[in-house]
Amino acid sequence: MTEAMHGILSSHRFLSGLPEGTVELLAGCGHLETFEAGSLLLSEGSVADTLHLVHRGRVAIEVRGPGRDRHIVDTVGPGQVVGLSWVSPPFRWHFDARALGPVATVAIDSTCMRTRLDENPTVALALLERLASVLLGRLQATRVRLLDLYGHDRDH
Amino acid sequence: MTETTEPTGRPPPRRGALVPEPYRVVGRQVEVADVVTLALEPHRGQLPAFAPGQFNMLTAFGVGEVAISISSAPGGAGAVEHSIRDVGAVTHALCEARIGSVVGVRGPFGTHWGIGGIGEDTDVVVVAGGIGLAPLRGTVRDLVARRRDGGGRVYVLVGMRSPDQILFAADLEDWRRRGADVAVTVDVGAQGWQGPVGVVTSLLLDAPFEPARSVALACGPEIMMRFTTRALVDRGIDPRRIQVSLERNMQCGIGLCGHCQLGPLLVCRDGPVVSYGGVADQLLMERNR
Repeated sequence: MTEAMHGILSSHRFLSGLPEGTVELLAGCGHLETFEAGSLLLSEGSVADTLHLVHRGRVAIEVRGPGRDRHIVDTVGPGQVVGLSWVSPPFRWHFDARALGPVATVAIDSTCMRTRLDENPTVALALLERLASVLLGRLQATRVRLLDLYGHDRDH
Repeated sequence: MTETTEPTGRPPPRRGALVPEPYRVVGRQVEVADVVTLALEPHRGQLPAFAPGQFNMLTAFGVGEVAISISSAPGGAGAVEHSIRDVGAVTHALCEARIGSVVGVRGPFGTHWGIGGIGEDTDVVVVAGGIGLAPLRGTVRDLVARRRDGGGRVYVLVGMRSPDQILFAADLEDWRRRGADVAVTVDVGAQGWQGPVGVVTSLLLDAPFEPARSVALACGPEIMMRFTTRALVDRGIDPRRIQVSLERNMQCGIGLCGHCQLGPLLVCRDGPVVSYGGVADQLLMERNR
């Protein structure tokens, strides 16, 4: 593993507090990737095989529609992760993920990661719990946004 | 401190607290499509002393009266500003008021943010949602002006519905230029928007304030404040060092009519700014009220 990648993973918020050996396990399946502004990290419908740990820059999760502009549904920044559809079938990305500016990530290959997690159930459980907390947080945030809080002030 | 995190203020109601005084519209600024800021000057006499966080009862003559927070800081050029969202008959009439026209004003009423006791080394975390930025605007101006290099920082975290609904954009830029950490997120992104999309609490993750020496001020829709205050406490801020601004159906403004009662509080008199710890924490969770 490169020292740079180890340093990034060791200080990455998503991995904070996970069991010893997690950084080494993920680093063995990862590589550093950079994206120019406007380029896609993930493309809707293609095979979901990568977990991106965002190190630098901001990423828009977006959806396209025929004849419509791209619609940004969420953004993700340093310390957060992009790409969770590799967790369960059909292993296809559900949204596009686009770099809003220069972006740097540690890209973890999901097949490699699964193999290693099979051999290390302690790390596997901790990592899945962490992924579940990310999913829960995004679900709750989505529900709050469904309330359209700023669009319904009192009526006078 | 002993730092003041308790809301303070509540000056005695002025003579004729129930009688609107005529004020002239001396400034009118369209902030976004449905929000207008009016600068109001008393038709006679001096502008009464006020503090950010307090509110006035504004009258659109022939239409009705409504409680509107003060959105300016004291010390302006003899006028007081109110930022009004056009959501009903009274607010629509106020938003339509032209320069030179006259509206009625009663107030100022209620408690204010009480930032006078905040130490120079204290980080101040301001969280605002939508039109909730208006009651905080004057306070942030004061905080930013008072900050010194090496002292505590001011974090202004703002949630808005969409990029075209971002209020006080010039102020946000000015505060940023003066050293405040300003972040804005929107619920709904748009083409060309390069900033965050998501709930305002997500901004707390990246704000590097020191919880043990921070105070927080929050204003916005109550559900937003509920989630925000929880997130602030989760980050380690003492609930007693968090203030929120409550909103109820204020009518008399001086605690007589009871329309704004919330649990043990008459919000027009005991609020709108109250401590989260020990006061608002229970009230924000109450049902059937």
